[in-house]
Amino acid sequence: MSDPDTLPETTVHHDRVPGGRYWSMVIRRGFTLRLVDREGKANVSMLLYSPQNLLERYNMADTLKGQHTSRLTRGNMLYSDMGRVMLSIVEDTAGWHDTIGGTTRDADIVRKYGEHRYQQYRNDFYRSGRELFLIELAKWGLGKRDLVSNLNFFSKVYAGADGVLHFDPENSRPGDHVDLRAEMDTLVVLNTAPHPMDPAPVYDPGPVELSIYHTPPVAADDYCVNFRTENARAFANTVIHHCQG
Amino acid sequence: MTGINLVESPLDPANAVCREVVPAGEPWLKELRKGQTLRILDLEGNQAVDTLFYSLERPTVERYSAIDTLQAQGNVYLTTGTKLMSNEGNVMLTITADTCGRHDTLGGACAAESNQVRYGLEKKSMHSCRDSFLRALSESDYGLGKRDLASNINFFMNVPLTPEGGLTFEDGISDAGKYVEMRVEMDVLVLVSNCPQLNNPCNAYNPTPVEMLIWDPAKG
Repeated sequence: MSDPDTLPETTVHHDRVPGGRYWSMVIRRGFTLRLVDREGKANVSMLLYSPQNLLERYNMADTLKGQHTSRLTRGNMLYSDMGRVMLSIVEDTAGWHDTIGGTTRDADIVRKYGEHRYQQYRNDFYRSGRELFLIELAKWGLGKRDLVSNLNFFSKVYAGADGVLHFDPENSRPGDHVDLRAEMDTLVVLNTAPHPMDPAPVYDPGPVELSIYHTPPVAADDYCVNFRTENARAFANTVIHHCQG
Repeated sequence: MTGINLVESPLDPANAVCREVVPAGEPWLKELRKGQTLRILDLEGNQAVDTLFYSLERPTVERYSAIDTLQAQGNVYLTTGTKLMSNEGNVMLTITADTCGRHDTLGGACAAESNQVRYGLEKKSMHSCRDSFLRALSESDYGLGKRDLASNINFFMNVPLTPEGGLTFEDGISDAGKYVEMRVEMDVLVLVSNCPQLNNPCNAYNPTPVEMLIWDPAKG
């Protein structure tokens, strides 16, 4: 795996999103989005849409049941609800990314961390994941109806045999990174609000560093495509999507 | 909440104000009023009943949220006592009786396209829950469409998670005559697809009918 401190030579854009903020951009097919959890305390909540048809979006259930997993890591692909691959996890040093934990709402933030409004705290005010999603989604004409089950990169949620959900605060370490290769043009909407199950008593979500770099065409022996037969079929559907260029 | 919670209902089907059988592969769309009780009865066993709820007052704004439901109870399985939460953080229904013991809300609904991915590219022409959902919504007058198909409930479906992150589709734990019952906490629209899936062992590859029973509050 490449060193997250060394930007790939084909990097076209680099950015840093502080904790508790939002970001969105269309990642074009053939490019990869790298997320780096520099301080080991980031949670990157994410939703995905096709910019050509915003009705096509990341589907938690299809992603999980297609790959028989509730743990997303290298080799897994993030499926749309149209049987295609939006992003592939081509590198991952954290080992587990969540997609069942959801996001925080304003009341959760106030209950857990107290009220920190803009008037008093200026840009150190506390923001919820839902608030940040809705603001950024609105810029693309999207809203509450489009707020579906999201991803939470760098966070680990698992269920015991009795179904009780647990959060692992040690999942991500400083410098961990995950690389997401776009298999079709994908609108990525993300925010860095805390995970709803994060037990930290203070509101201090970590920043995430972003890099977008150009990647070569997917090879026949690609790790993600060959990770499961379902992935190969979803990728085949994605190839049809691109059959006219 | 610690998983399976078997509770029988005192309600008498003879007093139900609505009894409708939904054949396999068909949708069912119904308005439910606050205080009513809805029972879903697995007539022949191991059927999956894909279900969504919308606020009757604001169907395009407030709807069932799987993730809010899991967050609220801290448990991944639905059973007696589970509050079915909306995306606005409100309780839509509460499960008040359950003789099956476990229901899923992570497995989603089958669709022509996801059937291709899961079972084979040639499976696209097979009937699916999403087709039933879209047909019912498109024929209705609520202004709902594909945009409103969020993560659903699969009543009677057994989708265990392991601590290592495994997710499997196990043979059903339901049986003929088992049911799940819920009290309606706000006026809702319920949208059901009685799952037509022929490729999944959850229903022993044999989709079967279910019965929907509704009681008014005073007529228990």
